[in-house]
Amino acid sequence: MGYKTIVEDNIDVLVVGAGLGGTGAAFEARYWGRDKKIVIAEKANIDRSGAVAQGLYAINCYMGARFGENNPEDHVRYARIDLMGMVREDLAFDMARHVDSAVHQFEEWGLPIMRNKKKGSYQREGRWQIMIHGESYKPIVAEAAKRSADKVYNRICVTHLLLDEAKENRIAGAVGFNVRTGNYHVFKSKTVIVGAGGASNIFKPRSVGEGAGRVWYAPWSSGSAYGLMIDAGAKMTQMENRIVLARFKDGYGPVGAYFLHLKTYTQNGLGEKYEEKWWPQLQEMVGKEYLDPEASHLTHRPIPTCLRNHALISEVNAGRGPIHMVTMEAFQDPHLEEIGWHNFLGMTVGQAVLWAATNVDPKYENPELTTSEPYVMGSHATGCGGWASGPEDVSPPEYFWGYNRMMTVEGLFGAGDAIGGTPHAFSSGSFTEGRLAAKAACKYIDDGKAEGIRVSDRQIEELREKIYKPLETYRVYSNEVVAGTVNPNFINPRQGLDRLQKLMDEYCGGFGVNYMTNGNLLKIGLKKLKWLEEDWHNGMGAADIHELLRAWELYHRIRTSECVFQHTLFREETRWPGYYYRGDFMKLDDKNWHCLTVSRRDRKTGQYTMEKAPLYHLVDDKEKTAKAG
Amino acid sequence: MPTFVYMTRCDGCGQCVDICPSDIMHIDKSLRRAYNIEPNMCWECYSCVKACPHHAIDVRGYADFAPLGHSVRVHRDEEKGIISWRIKFRNGKKDMDLVAPITTKPWGTGFPDLKAEPAPSKEMRASQLLYKEPKYIRMDDGDIRTLKSAGLSLKAGVYY
Ligand SMILES: Cc1cc2nc3c(=O)[nH]c(=O)nc-3n(C[C@H](O)[C@H](O)[C@H](O)COP(=O)(O)OP(=O)(O)OC[C@H]3O[C@@H](n4cnc5c(N)ncnc54)[C@H](O)[C@@H]3O)c2cc1C
Ligand code: SF4
Ligand code: SF4
Repeated sequence: MGYKTIVEDNIDVLVVGAGLGGTGAAFEARYWGRDKKIVIAEKANIDRSGAVAQGLYAINCYMGARFGENNPEDHVRYARIDLMGMVREDLAFDMARHVDSAVHQFEEWGLPIMRNKKKGSYQREGRWQIMIHGESYKPIVAEAAKRSADKVYNRICVTHLLLDEAKENRIAGAVGFNVRTGNYHVFKSKTVIVGAGGASNIFKPRSVGEGAGRVWYAPWSSGSAYGLMIDAGAKMTQMENRIVLARFKDGYGPVGAYFLHLKTYTQNGLGEKYEEKWWPQLQEMVGKEYLDPEASHLTHRPIPTCLRNHALISEVNAGRGPIHMVTMEAFQDPHLEEIGWHNFLGMTVGQAVLWAATNVDPKYENPELTTSEPYVMGSHATGCGGWASGPEDVSPPEYFWGYNRMMTVEGLFGAGDAIGGTPHAFSSGSFTEGRLAAKAACKYIDDGKAEGIRVSDRQIEELREKIYKPLETYRVYSNEVVAGTVNPNFINPRQGLDRLQKLMDEYCGGFGVNYMTNGNLLKIGLKKLKWLEEDWHNGMGAADIHELLRAWELYHRIRTSECVFQHTLFREETRWPGYYYRGDFMKLDDKNWHCLTVSRRDRKTGQYTMEKAPLYHLVDDKEKTAKAG
Repeated sequence: MPTFVYMTRCDGCGQCVDICPSDIMHIDKSLRRAYNIEPNMCWECYSCVKACPHHAIDVRGYADFAPLGHSVRVHRDEEKGIISWRIKFRNGKKDMDLVAPITTKPWGTGFPDLKAEPAPSKEMRASQLLYKEPKYIRMDDGDIRTLKSAGLSLKAGVYY
């Protein structure tokens, strides 16, 4: 295999994955590190990569401090109640106090943000969301990043982080391969900011066959951020907190604008309202502290998203499906009808395609809703990810080790889905976290923390061999059989992905088992996952470079899944009914589990160490009535 | 499918190959035209459809749930800063044209050159401020929010 080795040396800030988090990092790094060498390594093309590739119709995290709408602490309260208490409040507060400045810049760069003509403020969709014409959101932030970085390497699949050999537990860069040329790329860098996104396609999707790519989070969200960090020995948190989304059936069209702006609502197949009737039973499960319909009614305190899912799932199980979104009222207003369609065209075109194909005109027919398969991610309404340091002026000692958004591996930073415990960051918050990480990374270098990094040729050579092994396996064994994809010596990446999805679905609480699992199932699942990993190492065959990309995406998904299993096994309670249930511990158990879960995988032995970390509440409970929205 | 390429319109320019976030638009070596090599990893994100200069790429809804006979076409015009959509229902009853802005500035003009900005002072480096803060947050000269300014104090950590 004649692939060249290309080394980019003396990098100060390496951004791995330039979605919303990575672009924010590259942009801000230039301001604080004007003479520093900033390099981006991205799996796709940064103009249209990541979760925002299609665009977005709303920015889901904007305080509106300029307009006196909300303060950061309000947002922390909201995220906290939505996640049943489990939030890193220091990180959430920090993100929220900076996020407006990111949004105001987007507007300056040309992003069309809708205005509320009466108030002069941005057009709200809900208390935290503002509406945009965001088809070109990603190209716009990509432009800002391109102007800031010294070099952008598109089409590099980063497979491993490099570790320093002079000092233990310190980062030294990353390696990967070019998806087009096949060349081996080595990035030697003083710091790495991981923005490689969340994980879709870990659990079996509801779509099948040709449509398997129609998942809610992008199919190219391969859990790389988690895979890379876990392999480097970084601590992870809240990996059990997978998310299940209520969405329009089959197309996964988002419902945010529908609920919040168009004021549509749901009903069961008999045309009845159903949510409220599940509250008494649920209150028994989770306690009044987390579900207080009366208080919610009085103060607009939201009912946690997972509990609303629970109501939907239970109602369908009771035989009263399907659940419908009542659009027929709102859509009589031509302006709202247009917004309803634009909402899809701007961020989930597939839903518009589906409605056109099936003649669903929401003006005359209420479309069906469903719950999705679970996803693992850290920036949407859930908080999986790396265990990161917070800012010095807010964080308690257990959450602070010197540099904002630095992981437990020195010089390794994260943003967006990569960071654990900061749900409800969304696109603007991910970008903001990238900016925070970049400033801290520059400081880390200026403080002399990255001196004397050593990476041996041996480390680089070993990784090279590992990376291309699936091509070699295919070359050696493919001609042993006449033709086709069935081979006794290897599986291809798709076969591996199918196996992963099936076992995650059946043992880890996917839609196929109604999101239900227990200790016994989890243990069997872990065993089967180990075999899949063994097969990956010994018998993964890639016919070409494109399949090699899929093989490494699968590897990162496997690593992410293992961590999800470990965390789910560790947290012996059902903290988020509606996202998943532990049948052996059906109740929320604040006495034992009012804490964050943290894991670390030993790089040499592969063993996991699990711990509980304290939960600090920085923000009091006072809940004012929402001003905005 | 979900994306497919019309044989007669494609000239093999490779723009779709360059942009597809899933790495699935490839050029067929013998025909020298593009096609979707892995439909089950396609998100119908329309990035390639928008990028094709010849409108050679179209989408046919996912076979596992979408019947034939519909179309959702798009034209993205960077110079004019708009995107236009046309949606046709399978039964022909609905045929919509929708237009939206994609940028408020001529493309590529609204970005700051950070190297040309005044260098951040030592105090700024030591503070919590990011580029152009706090002005960009509140449009005044106040400082960034802290626990103290928010009237909050750190509450003890709780395990269980
Ligand atoms: C359908 C949908 C609707 C949404 N709606 C909204 C909304 O209305 N408002 C809102 O604010 N947010 C919304 N979000 C959420 C928002 O998009 C995410 O929170 C945000 O994009 C996360 O940013 P990120 O940088 O962590 O990940 P991403 O933006 O996904 O970026 C990850 C990047 O890493 C790259 N990458 C992955 N693996 C590798 C690797 N191995 N090597 C190199 N590069 C790699 C990817 O190509 C990608 O560019 C929505 C998301 C989806 C999918
Ligand atoms: S629609 Fe998106 S994912 Fe599908 S081929 Fe085009 S660019 Fe790739
Ligand atoms: S962009 Fe259009 S014309 Fe160019 S290769 Fe792709 S399909 Fe063919």
